[in-house]
Amino acid sequence: MIKDLHNKLINKEITAVALAEEYFAAIEKNDKDIFAYLTLTRDLALEQARMVDGKIARGEEIGILEGIPGVVKDNLCVAGVRTTAASKILDNYIAPYDATAVARLKEAGAVILGKANMDEFAMGSSTEHSAYGPTKNPVDLGRVPGGSSGGSAAAVAAGEAVWALGTDTGGSIRQPASFCGVVGLKPTYGRVSRYGAIAMASSLDQIGPITKTVEDAAIVLSVISGEDKMDSTSAQSPAKDYTKFLTGSVAGMKIGVVKGYADSLGEEAKASFEKVVEKYKELGAEIQEIELPNVKYSLPVYYIIMPCEVSSNLARFDGVKYGMRAVDHKNTVLDFEPENRTLIETYLDSRRYGLGAETKRRIMLGTYALSSGYYDAYYLRAQKVRTLIKRDFEKAFEEVDLILTPTTPSPAFKFGEKSADPIEMYLEDVFTITANIVGVPAISVPGPLVEVDGKLLPQGFQLSAKWFDEENLLRAAHTYEIN
Amino acid sequence: MITKEEVQHIAGLARIGVDEKDLDKFAADLSAVLDWIEELKEVEVEGVEPTAHITGMENRMREDAQIDFENKNAIVDLFPEKKDNYGKVKSVL
Repeated sequence: MIKDLHNKLINKEITAVALAEEYFAAIEKNDKDIFAYLTLTRDLALEQARMVDGKIARGEEIGILEGIPGVVKDNLCVAGVRTTAASKILDNYIAPYDATAVARLKEAGAVILGKANMDEFAMGSSTEHSAYGPTKNPVDLGRVPGGSSGGSAAAVAAGEAVWALGTDTGGSIRQPASFCGVVGLKPTYGRVSRYGAIAMASSLDQIGPITKTVEDAAIVLSVISGEDKMDSTSAQSPAKDYTKFLTGSVAGMKIGVVKGYADSLGEEAKASFEKVVEKYKELGAEIQEIELPNVKYSLPVYYIIMPCEVSSNLARFDGVKYGMRAVDHKNTVLDFEPENRTLIETYLDSRRYGLGAETKRRIMLGTYALSSGYYDAYYLRAQKVRTLIKRDFEKAFEEVDLILTPTTPSPAFKFGEKSADPIEMYLEDVFTITANIVGVPAISVPGPLVEVDGKLLPQGFQLSAKWFDEENLLRAAHTYEIN
Repeated sequence: MITKEEVQHIAGLARIGVDEKDLDKFAADLSAVLDWIEELKEVEVEGVEPTAHITGMENRMREDAQIDFENKNAIVDLFPEKKDNYGKVKSVL
């Protein structure tokens, strides 16, 4: 899709300003219902678009992403633009600088239309935890778009953006991509700099693209990846042009299917997944059954490591340096008497009124697991089991090039269906979470549609590859898509 | 099972103000998640190294040098309360 628009721009069939205006018109028309956008950056977008039009008018060559409009998830900083992470505590936060991924997109000439809705601080699988209200799934407005990057996926699916940036800590790019029928890529941990991403769980977080096609995802990844001196965990491998690896062939590739995985699926989702396996066979890939014996511990490992890191990262939101400050001195119960009660109450009340229920749950869970006497039993043990899960993957990747699974146990669910019980919501991530636990790259690609209540809904499948092997990952995903 | 008193203690450590009436709900939610992650106790982890960095990256050194941030006013503008260029907080002592 990006290539077609790029050709239209260089052939002067459309200007970058007109293209941006077309997308703003689509947002104006559809976003009242969908609510993918929290903030529009019209002035910034038109200024960027005018620069691109100037270059085209002067006969200068333009890059592949120049003038192509997209949306940035609201937990990524865009300088001078409101950046809330969908939390009340950052309601008035104007980012003083660009996230590296955003700066690289700007440098490449991409046009930024606005900021996308999400679950508060990226904690959730439905956008129902956004402090500003949920995004709706463009395929069926009665269903969730997934989360936490639900606004990003919905915007792309609804034609309100060509590309989107999301973040993925346990499936937050791939699950909404699956629910909305678009492509979502979580790169290898460290492939994309996390500088300027509002941290949730630092050992799991990764920024990646959500797009209509695999080729578009490859284009965006090529721009945003690469080492960054502002993030010491960014990988020291240079950015590549990933589109070069899209050869359209999987002949001879070995794809692993995990024993027992498909059994947990509903009947329709299972049928959809089996068709994907069949298609890869027809395309010449070798399907091999593999075992990942420790993967069953992924969810509990995640629900220890993630809240611990959340409790530490979110300690910064205390009403002191930025964000909401609240003090009302009422009702708060404390089991200790602080020497400096008004200061402590600033923290207590700012966090009490600024943070949502799910965010508080996870902070408290992490605080508990890290508190004196519990560290060994929870965090340390979880990090050891993490090593065992990683070994499973190392062993599997000695035999196969890629691992194929469903992205989600079922298609998009209805609003309210899982929001009452936190654990029900957590189980959404059963297939996606392991890629974050072990750090490998993974992509969700739309598979055969699934019929639910007489309606056809998108259902994604997921491929994961060896660490830093985005080449084979994108190649296999692209081959499926074009056949 | 987490008690109301434990929730109150954790909330204090986490600096999250809670109302007496919230304690039961948080106690139930946290207990449910803790019960669920109990499963990890069955895993044999004797002699297993904990993961420190998932792709095996080690410490990366850089020169201990100051880097100037150009957009300082944008940071000052974010202070919830300020006096001149200083952020204002409640008395610390």
